[in-house]
Amino acid sequence: MAHSQHLAAPVGGRLLNNATLVAGVLIAIMAAVLLARFIFGLGAVTHLNDGYPFGIWIVVDVVIGSAFACGGFSVAMLVYIFNRGEYHPLVRPALLASLFGYTLAGISVIIDLGRYVNFWHIYWPGYANINSVMFEVAVCITAYVAVMWIEFAPVFLEKFGLHDIRKKLDKALFVVVALGTLLPMMHQSSIGTLLVVMGTQVNPLWQTQMLPLIYLLTAISMGYGVVLFESCVAASGYRRKIETHLLDPMAKVMLGVLAAYLVVRFGDLLVRGALGEAFKPTFVALSFWVENFCFAAPFLLIGNAAARRNPAKLFLAGVAIMFGGVFLRLNGFLIGYDTGPGWNYFPSAPELLVTIGMFSIEVLGYIVITRTFPVLPREEAYIKAHA
Amino acid sequence: MANTSLLKLEDDDNIAAASKRLGMSRREFLQFCATMSATLGLPQGAEAAMATAVAAKKRPSVIWLHFQECTGCTESLLRAEHPTLEKLILDVISLDYHETLFAAAGHQAEDARKKAMAENKGKYVLVVEGAIPTRDGGIYCKVGGKTAIELTKECAADAAAVIAIGSCASWGGMPSTDPNPTGASGVAPVLGKPVVTIPGCPPNPYNFLSAVVHFLTFGALPAVDHLGRPKFAYSRLVHENCERRAHFDAGRFAMEFGDEGHRKGYCLYKLGCKGPETYANCPTILFGDAGGGTWPVGCGHPCIGCTEQGVGFAKPIHMVAKMKNIEPPLGYPRIVEEKGTGATLGAAAVLAAVAGLAAGAGTIVARNLGLSHRAEELERLEQTGKNPAPATTSGEKAGV
Amino acid sequence: MRADENPRRNFLKGCVAAGGVAAASAVAPPVAARETRQRPPEALGLLFDATLCVGCKACVAACKQANENPAEFSTVDPLWDTPLDTSARTYNLIKMYRHGTMETKDAETNGYAFMKTSCMHCADPSCVSACPVSAMTKDAATGIVEYNPEACIGCRYCVAACPFGIPKYQYDSAYGKIGKCELCRHRTKDGHYSACAEVCPTGATLYGKTADLLAEAKRRLALKPGSIARFPRGNLSGGPDQSYEAYAGTYKQHVYGDTEYGGTQVLKLSAVDFEKVGMPYLPPEAAAAHSETLQHTLYGGLAMPVVVLGALTWAARRNVHRGGDSNGDGGSKEGEK
Repeated sequence: MAHSQHLAAPVGGRLLNNATLVAGVLIAIMAAVLLARFIFGLGAVTHLNDGYPFGIWIVVDVVIGSAFACGGFSVAMLVYIFNRGEYHPLVRPALLASLFGYTLAGISVIIDLGRYVNFWHIYWPGYANINSVMFEVAVCITAYVAVMWIEFAPVFLEKFGLHDIRKKLDKALFVVVALGTLLPMMHQSSIGTLLVVMGTQVNPLWQTQMLPLIYLLTAISMGYGVVLFESCVAASGYRRKIETHLLDPMAKVMLGVLAAYLVVRFGDLLVRGALGEAFKPTFVALSFWVENFCFAAPFLLIGNAAARRNPAKLFLAGVAIMFGGVFLRLNGFLIGYDTGPGWNYFPSAPELLVTIGMFSIEVLGYIVITRTFPVLPREEAYIKAHA
Repeated sequence: MANTSLLKLEDDDNIAAASKRLGMSRREFLQFCATMSATLGLPQGAEAAMATAVAAKKRPSVIWLHFQECTGCTESLLRAEHPTLEKLILDVISLDYHETLFAAAGHQAEDARKKAMAENKGKYVLVVEGAIPTRDGGIYCKVGGKTAIELTKECAADAAAVIAIGSCASWGGMPSTDPNPTGASGVAPVLGKPVVTIPGCPPNPYNFLSAVVHFLTFGALPAVDHLGRPKFAYSRLVHENCERRAHFDAGRFAMEFGDEGHRKGYCLYKLGCKGPETYANCPTILFGDAGGGTWPVGCGHPCIGCTEQGVGFAKPIHMVAKMKNIEPPLGYPRIVEEKGTGATLGAAAVLAAVAGLAAGAGTIVARNLGLSHRAEELERLEQTGKNPAPATTSGEKAGV
Repeated sequence: MRADENPRRNFLKGCVAAGGVAAASAVAPPVAARETRQRPPEALGLLFDATLCVGCKACVAACKQANENPAEFSTVDPLWDTPLDTSARTYNLIKMYRHGTMETKDAETNGYAFMKTSCMHCADPSCVSACPVSAMTKDAATGIVEYNPEACIGCRYCVAACPFGIPKYQYDSAYGKIGKCELCRHRTKDGHYSACAEVCPTGATLYGKTADLLAEAKRRLALKPGSIARFPRGNLSGGPDQSYEAYAGTYKQHVYGDTEYGGTQVLKLSAVDFEKVGMPYLPPEAAAAHSETLQHTLYGGLAMPVVVLGALTWAARRNVHRGGDSNGDGGSKEGEK
């Protein structure tokens, strides 16, 4: 199974197909909903209320979306910081997904902001409040989106043959890579810290001073989970060879991070004596166990080497860990968040359609870019086109 | 009681005779009955029944006792003008004993009382005005050599009904104010049984008359509360129907007599108005039939709570009332109100569709991956030692 | 195949870098924990005494008028102002606790009680700590938690952060604002004070310096229930004496807001358990202090990010030294397994 080269190459093929068509329709629906949002206000299309001021646009599109988008950061860290070059073929596709995830998270924030015209205040010294966790998250995510576009720039530069700029960029790339590793570490942990100021409103199962570490570790492991997921889906969708030889060891790294996470998580719960909450007969407690079952599932699925060679199990493990991260974040921000009794929230249909539309942009963008730009590792079938 | 149309009574001979007797036109007489009926809060048709009763029935005998009091209640009755009450009490009822209004005096008067009691045994109405002193055997008030206690018990024994008029007779009133040297008491404790009370200092004459006419028409006194007060007059706080209530609700108060708020007619609560703890119908039928829409609060003076035991003559006029809220306002928001929108059908459908699609797609991807994996493993087992086959698309069609 | 450069060694070096990062986090300049802030000495506030409240809602109407807010309806027919909760257009509301037959005022069982809901003006407000653009600020002198719509970006983090659910957003507006009580600070220049306290007929809502209000609250707790005592009205720390005599309530022996989250400038007394009338239990340390301790431990002076960035740059420079991301040179070593 020698992969002597893992050059990236465009996948090629038609841009207009069933998948892109469906995505396009969903994006159009989202645009219509957003038009209503900007004319009539948030209440016209969402079920947001003062008990749940953060709805799925923030919790799913931003908090969860950006964690899903940690694939780029997780793999880049493995390749460039821990010098595991063999994973290099995974960097570009992961980075592409991250780029979309974060860019769309940024757009989601703007859509969700009530007074979006003032958005620049976050970066303006007279206004910025350095005590605010939101300030840290916002500034850091903005910086990271910029850094990621630079990180991903070689793909476009290659495509358009701008080799001079490419070379100059290469020289400074290590700084960009270092920043691209630092920034997600900062804001992914800070997204957890966002909950701290909410104090007693957040269920003790998710309210702890360890939140930054918990969110960071899950973001990293979700990053690997997303890469597993993406590689499997891309292989299945584009009918390509699956990179099991890369995914297997990476899955091992993921299990390591995950193990560390579970130690931190349950250690923290035990030390704080909050675990009792998990045994109350409540929906919140059930949600806690679903979350942690999802985090534990990968050990059952791909705990041994033979299982890790099976792409189906790798795929399922990736999905499980993604769901674990989803539930951790949903639990912290929505399910385990209680500003006082009496408040209800469930996203409205238009609200869901916007989130679905955002996801569609991601899928559409991924298809268009991987088909036109050199992102995915070159398959033998395409080598002659670039030889 | 059969006739329920007031208009049909216009030509009734009895009505014509009654109105003549009362010195009123027929129309005025019928209007008076309608007013009475409305005061009582009776349903439509009752005014006709009343008119018929007043016109036709034998006038009930009334014995009126006076004890520790100022005769204000009688005075206020005398000053009622619709019709003039002296006519009414002489012609609607048979006032057989009344110390203030009697022409007779001394033993002659006492004989009249005894005669009326004997003639109307079990049918006359006893009205008590004034508190009854109880200390030292009740020696602080005697009429014809008998103490108030003795007189009350004697007259009440064969009475069809006992009405205590005024706050003094109702619960002790001003004479019972601390330190209460005579041990002034209301009628009920002396008799040891509940009586109908018409408190007020003085009470509104219509409340008394309505009670009497009710007795005349229906043969019984109107429904009363636990203090014996007719519910038609004393079931609402002055505060509830007060014409200045809107100012209270809006937080507009007169802070001192003559200030801007006072001149503008703001709420008098902060000046010590006892309306919020006083049960009376003054705001609706006004006070004492004085005319001109006047009553204390209407004139700019806080209610002193004269009808209410423990308030009138007990609390200083400037002292702020303790709010009595009989019914907690149910329109108020609860501490916890359900807010926000839960899952709607549309949202749940969208989410279910997405979840279904994702689960379906995930299953297909997982199955395809599993199948191709198994195929590869088999292939590898079969072709051990051979060169690996060129990469082929082993996944089945799924997704894109 | 791993001859010239030992990947394992490099991996270990990476680990060393990571260890350095971890160590840097551990021994990071011990940023002193951000203590929970206390009220400013001249802090202004309100004292709400539920046993004195008669539920007249004069304060609700006055608040609407003072802040030029429209009526809000919860009934089928929009007849008069009937909000169910405070909102971006209702800064102050009287809610009613109800239990069983609701016979007795201020009784926990079979009783009812009133509770004012409005901004507590925390000594260490979560909303101020949360706001990324300083739209929520706490006045250094008066301690009033103020809102500036010109600065606000409408992220609603303050709404999520407040333990009392006070800042509220106008979801029905295309460009909504946050709305909350600002203690009528816009009326002080006309010699006015909080409209709710100005109009309160019973002094259930009392305005003044929080220090004075706290002393007054403690005086009331010491009164014998049912005894007649004097109760001030209006402005406790100035203005004409409007005090009057009334009966002391059967208070729960706690001044709500004395210690909660480091103290609030609005204090409350109640005869019904505070949690039952919607005042949540809160520890004496403010969540804002926890949050800012974390924030500044991690990012104080940007010390830790710079150290970590240094370590990461060092590692990345070694591993990206040949233009690591070049498509064509493989970026790195063989990946054969």
